[in-house]
Order: sequence, then structure tokens, then C-alpha cells
Amino acid sequence: MANPMKIRATNKDGITEIKILMNHEMETGQRKDASGNLIPAWFINEVNVDLNGKSVLKAEWGPSVSKNPYMAFKVKGGKAGDKVVCTWTDNKGDKRTDEATVS
Amino acid sequence: MNTNTTRFDRRQILKAASGLGLVALGTSMVPSMAFAAWNKAAFEAKGMSDTYNALGAGSPSNSNDIQIVASDIAENGAVVPVTAVSKIPNTEQISILVEKNPSALAALFDLTADVVPEITTRIKMGQTSNVTVLVKAGGKYYTATKEIKVTLGGCGG
Repeated sequence: MANPMKIRATNKDGITEIKILMNHEMETGQRKDASGNLIPAWFINEVNVDLNGKSVLKAEWGPSVSKNPYMAFKVKGGKAGDKVVCTWTDNKGDKRTDEATVS
Repeated sequence: MNTNTTRFDRRQILKAASGLGLVALGTSMVPSMAFAAWNKAAFEAKGMSDTYNALGAGSPSNSNDIQIVASDIAENGAVVPVTAVSKIPNTEQISILVEKNPSALAALFDLTADVVPEITTRIKMGQTSNVTVLVKAGGKYYTATKEIKVTLGGCGG
């Protein structure tokens, strides 16, 4: 199982800012190992972020998103105490869900 | 009387069986559906126009209402911070494309109406290239492009 994500969510003047740092290798499938074999691609391809049980953002990624992906965005509304839930799925079908509380 | 009950039983069994069949179908479809959402064709398309076609964007028009916030020179191509800002009303989708990467499309974000159309992420760039932000708003596509110079490639270069 992959390492946990770091999620920070803060509310300021009615706008909730969500920052997520995921832990993932994001292997492109272009690199070769020491013996010249291609390292197979392994990357997060789907991300979903819920705010208070309602999906606010869905992302689709290719392998050219950086290792340990970071993403930040703002949502209108929300308040301190709201729950942010982020789920990702990678191309091997592995999944991880983490949650945080808006402060 | 006896035959009636057996008939009834058989109907119930048939009903139950078809129900079960649906459930089985449902569960077997879940994983494939989860993956179907990911636009494989678009992420594997090579050039810009192929990617636009795979996304259904056709030939998008340039817009001054899209801003790409990123430094002109990225020292490390493996981590290039990019912020895409759209001032177009009803922005529903923001994609980031790197023209000279093996596959141009790097990331695609579907936004709900509550999200401020301003997304920050970090992408890999193999070499100096134009970075294009493609915005879908009200069913139409718009783009903005900025060149980012890479001094150290993101693919072991």
C-alpha cells in the first residue's frame, strides 16, 4: 500500500484552498534500468476530491505529472470543519484515500 | 394446486436468478468502468493535433483570458511547477499539454462550478518546449501557450 497523502485545506473569506501532496513514483515507462530493460509505466491516472461528500474536482493524469504529485486549487464555499477526501487510482489499479479537515 | 405452487416457485427462482445476474454484471463492470473514465487515447496521442482530436477539442482558438503562471526557465525538467488560470466564464475543464513530451497531454482537470478555475500542479518536461493550457468552457475549447526552457531534462537526460 502506498504512503499517505498530505492534505492541507484552509478556509479564508469563504474560499477553501486545498493543497494535496501525494506519494507516488510516477514512472513514465520511458526509462531503462541498469540492464537496459524498460521500466514499465506506473502512475496515478485518476484523482477525485470530495468536499463535504460532494465531488468538486476530478483529474486524469498521464505519466508526465511529476513524481510525488502536487496539486492545489480553490473552491468557493466550504467552512472550517468541512471534510476533504481525496482518492487516487493508479494504472495498476492500486488505490488510496485520505482525508483532512478544513481549518 | 400442487402444480401451481411449483410454477410460482419457478417464477420466483427465475426472478431471483435474473436479479443475481444483474448484480454479478454490476460487480464485474465496476473495475472496467472505473478505468473507462481515463481517456487512454488522449494520453497516448503523440502530437498536439492528435491530442486535440482525442479530447474532442478540434482546433481550439487562442484566448488572452488564459494565463500560464510558470517560470521561463525550469532548472529541473522532472519538476516544473505550472499554474493554469482561466478567466473564461463557465470553465469546466483545464488540461495541460507539453508539445515535445512523448505524449503531449500531461494532466486534465474536470472542475465543478464551485471550483475557482485556477489549478497548480507539477509536471515533467523532457526538453525545452511549448506548454499549452487547453480550457473547455461552455462546450468550446480555448488555448494559451508559453515556452518553458529546460536546462536539465526530466527523463534522465
